[in-house]
Amino acid sequence: MSAAIVTADSCPALARGVKMRFDAARQQWMLNAPERVLLLDEIAQIILSRCDGVVSVDALCRELALEFASPQEIIQADVTEMLAGMLHRGFIRI
Amino acid sequence: MNQPAPPMALLAELTHRCPLACPYCSNPLTLERAGNELDTDDWRRVLTEAANLGVLQAHFSGGEPLIRKDLETLIAHAAGCGLYTNLITSGMALSQARANALAQAGLDHAQLSLQDTDAAGADRFAGSKDTLAKKTASAAMLRNADLPLTLNAVMHRGNLDHLEAMIETALRFGAGRLEVAHVQYYGWALRNRAALMPTRAQIDRATGIVTAARARLSGRLVIDYVVPDYYASRPKACMGGWGQRFLNVDPVGRVLPCHAATTIPGLVFENVREKPLAEIWKDSAAFNRFRGTAWMPEPCRNCERREMDWGGCRCQALALTGDAGATDPACALSPRHDEMFKTAQSEAVAPAPEFIYRRMDGV
Repeated sequence: MSAAIVTADSCPALARGVKMRFDAARQQWMLNAPERVLLLDEIAQIILSRCDGVVSVDALCRELALEFASPQEIIQADVTEMLAGMLHRGFIRI
Repeated sequence: MNQPAPPMALLAELTHRCPLACPYCSNPLTLERAGNELDTDDWRRVLTEAANLGVLQAHFSGGEPLIRKDLETLIAHAAGCGLYTNLITSGMALSQARANALAQAGLDHAQLSLQDTDAAGADRFAGSKDTLAKKTASAAMLRNADLPLTLNAVMHRGNLDHLEAMIETALRFGAGRLEVAHVQYYGWALRNRAALMPTRAQIDRATGIVTAARARLSGRLVIDYVVPDYYASRPKACMGGWGQRFLNVDPVGRVLPCHAATTIPGLVFENVREKPLAEIWKDSAAFNRFRGTAWMPEPCRNCERREMDWGGCRCQALALTGDAGATDPACALSPRHDEMFKTAQSEAVAPAPEFIYRRMDGV
């Protein structure tokens, strides 16, 4: 078995057992995962809320490029790096 | 003192009853009997109060929580309060129907313990029979019920050389996560320390195996691993800091900063039968005793890491120095650190004594 790697064609989703929620007590978006909690900033929350296991990284970044009026290649580099970290830590699957 | 931030997690120790007799049992030396346990309504109230206090995750633990017939009811209640629910189980008495019922109740995740990958070792380290076969079957039941799974492997000198097989077993069980947890030496485990302490060479080999496996299995299996205290140079932030992130409610309703806190003499623990959880979290003398940094001795008090490790483990400081307020000997800055390291080294190479098993008579 080899390591999983995020590519433009990957269709990420939250990993099994990982749930995103807004916590009213802390006024904060977060991921709840097995024995771990990850606080999310606004950008991470926007990206992860669109990771439905169907939309590819490429398509997701195309959408974001339009919405935020930024070049897709810059957005895609940042998003891929963020998702790679999330995958390694077990918060998402591809 | 400022108001403490809300706790992140509740460890709900539903019962001390357990089918296993592990020589490193983390339950207190004095176990509570079934007749003294909180009832279903008590636990429902505790879970509601925990959620209102800001707790995010509820870990149902024990002993063996499956022994409680109201486990599904409590999980459903916790899920209804918005809590992330986790079951910490030995998996010794699970059925497919029960696994399905737990999933149906809203269980988010299950953590299954495994004592060894070798059948004879699993029986010997758990003090039970058919341990590996039962746990293998339970892993399949949990996965059939579509429950995400963590495999929890408590490691020591007797099984650390099976770490590669343990990683393979986690993958075969369909676990998304493996906790490689070294034995913590307080309470019952302290009695068996000489039978459990690994050598430095074993630890170094294990660290290498984990590092390689993390790279090889990135994105497929998360491996949690911390170098054990006796061979560390800095203490770990035990429980994320005393009274910082966790609260533990024991089977009879006592609220503890950590599951081993009852080993510390002189602390008085409040009970959910008498006071609201929020009041206990904020005001209880036991929580405030080692909360923050004001209690710390030197060199901890002015250490730049004081709000990273929060002074390490109080129970370990007590076990090794006789003073729960002393610098944790896991820290290289502790005057007792060399002694701790040498104790580990000499015990690890001496012939292992027989285990003193954990038994709870009459239950």
